[in-house]
Amino acid sequence: MKRRQRADRPNEEEAAGAGLLHRRAFIAGAGALAGAATSGSAFAESLAVEPWMTGPGSPFTAYGQPSRFEASVARAYASPPNAPGAGAARTPLHRLHGVITPNGLHFERSHSGVPDIDPDKHRLLIHGLVARPLVFSLESLARYPMESRIAFIECGGNSAALNQPEPVKANVQTLHGLLSCAEWTGVRLSTLLDEVGVDSAARFVLAEGGDAASMSRSVPLAKAMDDALIALYQNGERIRPSNGYPMRLLLPGYEGNMQVKWLRRLKLVAAPAMTKDETSKYTLLQPDGTALQFVFPMEAKSAITQPSPDAAPRELGLYEISGLAWSGAGRIVKVEVSADGGRSWAEAHLQEPVLSKALTRFRLPWRWSGGPAVLQSRATDETGNVQPTRDSLLARRGPRALYHFNAITSWGVAPGGEVSHVYA
Amino acid sequence: MSMREAIAAALLVALAGAQARAEGPALGRAASAGEIALFDISVGPDGVGLPPGAGAARQGRLVYEARCIGCHGEKGEGKPNDRLVGGFGTLKGGQAAVKTIGSYWPYATTVFDYVRRAMPFDAPKSLTDEEVYAVTAYLLHLNGIVGEDVVVNAQTLPKIEMPNRGGFTLYTPGK
Repeated sequence: MKRRQRADRPNEEEAAGAGLLHRRAFIAGAGALAGAATSGSAFAESLAVEPWMTGPGSPFTAYGQPSRFEASVARAYASPPNAPGAGAARTPLHRLHGVITPNGLHFERSHSGVPDIDPDKHRLLIHGLVARPLVFSLESLARYPMESRIAFIECGGNSAALNQPEPVKANVQTLHGLLSCAEWTGVRLSTLLDEVGVDSAARFVLAEGGDAASMSRSVPLAKAMDDALIALYQNGERIRPSNGYPMRLLLPGYEGNMQVKWLRRLKLVAAPAMTKDETSKYTLLQPDGTALQFVFPMEAKSAITQPSPDAAPRELGLYEISGLAWSGAGRIVKVEVSADGGRSWAEAHLQEPVLSKALTRFRLPWRWSGGPAVLQSRATDETGNVQPTRDSLLARRGPRALYHFNAITSWGVAPGGEVSHVYA
Repeated sequence: MSMREAIAAALLVALAGAQARAEGPALGRAASAGEIALFDISVGPDGVGLPPGAGAARQGRLVYEARCIGCHGEKGEGKPNDRLVGGFGTLKGGQAAVKTIGSYWPYATTVFDYVRRAMPFDAPKSLTDEEVYAVTAYLLHLNGIVGEDVVVNAQTLPKIEMPNRGGFTLYTPGK
């Protein structure tokens, strides 16, 4: 790793090529940065006493909403023809900071619209290979010991556009926006499974949703017993309808499709049910024509959210590269950033707390001097898995695996500052 | 890792976590056999869960033309929605993979299960079991898997050999 100080900016020490700096550039260089800012164009106008200081503001509201100036921070969604409730709505990752996704912006993947479930009428049935089939109401579950955990959910089909032979010119929301993270609170599934008395022949739990599609997936019993949650709350409030109100299955680190929303039934079975979504979908077609089945955890992955397309640098100077890293196998231990397309790398700072199977925010200062750059990030998780390059992933799985694409994303920065998705 | 090894490893994880589990207040109420029968709409690849009834492609064509054709095309060729028929020989190599019931789905039971729970899109669960059997037979017939008058029922459906039955391998981490 090159450590070079510039005479004109004594506090800046390059950590890697094309302007990547050590983290202390922002701390030690704060004075110099402030000095530079005063001459910047953003401060050319004079100060004023604005009208909102000279009259009272609006009264209270029952449920707060973002500023009207933030209306463009929104999910982007699309549906197939004839099926307005099917499809997906994507999280605007390039407009958010931190790791918690606001509930109204959590990504959404539905197969037949969002059901309008009356929580008093909703029931969860647990049956199959059990000693005592039981029915749980929301009211009864409210009396159970609860647990909270911060977990990401990523759709198994997230980032599928990067399988295309040419880079799709889109932003991080379109490419990677089937990814969100929230604090989920609910009842451990193992607690309920203890009550029904799981038969020793059971190996899987078939989970089924209470929506029109009644989407169903077979979940390994071991996962159900390990860290699965019947989630009732999302960031402190009841789960939003689009995320499974009044209850969803939370399987930390597993592909989103398995974390069944509007959960109404769990059937203990000896073998997978081979449902539509675990055979015809969410299977990874290999170059030899066979498909990998039951690819459950999402693998080590990261993406730079700022700068990125539609969040591009507008002038030369010091920026903070910021992004998200995650792994379904556990904690993120390292994120490296490159500004020269992977020729040299610098280790980014990880925002604490770094939690297992949650999004991790990484940051690194970068001085953009106007030249072309290719920004990349590469995550490593606690099991030693390193996020692969696109070339190596495609060499291994071929371009038709479609699901579980976890390779490195490249943002090309043009001399004029335009940022676009490129392959590097 | 084989399926057996995967299950064994998974059970060890389950046992290791057992001691930390929270005890609940036992507020679940007993589910009756009738309630379970009402709720349980799943069908396994072994045929468990398939209801009484039967159907053949000849009747299934009428169901398809009344309820499915608008989204899946005249003969299941797709457009505007998913293609259900054909695509044989497209899974290998670099060409675009056409994944249909005929070319890709490993189990015929899945067709019954999925159609009964989720189709038609505008009125799921509105078809009778007889109609689901018949339209399942028709979709298999369009793919050249069964003859027009072959009766599909709880006994015969699980025994139908799908062309891509052997096309799936259990994932092992790192692949």
